[in-house]
Amino acid sequence: MSDKGGLHFEFDVDGGNFVSAGTASERVKNTLKQLGIAPFTVRRTAIAMYEGEINMVIHAGGGKAIVDITPEDIKIWLIDSGPGIEDIELAMQEGYSTAPEAIRMLGFGAGMGLSNMKKYSDIMEIDSRPGEGTKVFLQINLQKVQNG
Amino acid sequence: MKIREIVDAINAKVLVAGDDGLDMEVHSACASDMMSDVLAFVKEQAVLVTGLVNPQVVRTAEMMDMKCIIFARGKTPDKATIELAKSKGIVVMVTPLRMYTVCGELYAKGLHGGEDNVG
Ligand SMILES: Nc1ncnc2c1ncn2[C@@H]1O[C@H](COP(=O)(O)OP(=O)(O)OP(=O)(O)O)[C@@H](O)[C@H]1O
Ligand SMILES: [Mg+2]
Repeated sequence: MSDKGGLHFEFDVDGGNFVSAGTASERVKNTLKQLGIAPFTVRRTAIAMYEGEINMVIHAGGGKAIVDITPEDIKIWLIDSGPGIEDIELAMQEGYSTAPEAIRMLGFGAGMGLSNMKKYSDIMEIDSRPGEGTKVFLQINLQKVQNG
Repeated sequence: MKIREIVDAINAKVLVAGDDGLDMEVHSACASDMMSDVLAFVKEQAVLVTGLVNPQVVRTAEMMDMKCIIFARGKTPDKATIELAKSKGIVVMVTPLRMYTVCGELYAKGLHGGEDNVG
């Protein structure tokens, strides 16, 4: 699949460490900057991934982030073995959050993360099974695609 | 306005002077205690006003390419937060004023919200 010479990253996202949450997204952001990708694209990619990374830490006890960068697009998979999301449509609604008070005291739990991810990515897919885990796919296009 | 003028306007103490220093010009700000609220507006916003102190505030500012964080209500950030801001070159200051007052003072001096948000 990657015969086009893209970049591939895999990160373990530590669910027990709130302080380090976001370091994977930070690394990806720096890489995109170095690649000379447009600042607005870098920012929305970083934000979308950061929201997903934080979600794995606060809702799923950590997980894994996989990132593929090619000249065409950036693909991000956020995979965890947490409790899963029962009603994805409900979870996507702005303001819906199951975050406990302790998490809200840390500045998360506004119920905005998933909708931010959708807003900033070109493609977002959530695959989740209660009791098994959650897989979020994000794609950010790098070349202007004409709408057909 | 210049970051230096912000310091004067809200009686702040600078904890981290940042990469570009206090003479940098900033044009818009946002204020919240919820990080995903901050992240919801991808528009150029240079200053973050918050009553929350933890390293994720700095991460959020960094994701947004913000230049300056103002911790309101006299809350002092811990070492990890300060160190992270230093490593990112982000200006950090603390003010005894409450968030509402900080926003009012800065708005009156021309630091606006960058209203035409994505969304
Ligand atoms: N990886 C995940 N595993 C399990 N549940 C999740 C996961 N991601 C999101 N959720 C569920 O979906 C809800 C909405 O997520 P969203 O990111 O939009 O808001 P939040 O994380 O609660 O708050 P915010 O993102 O504003 O800090 C969460 O409260 C949680 O119930
Ligand atoms: Mg979230």
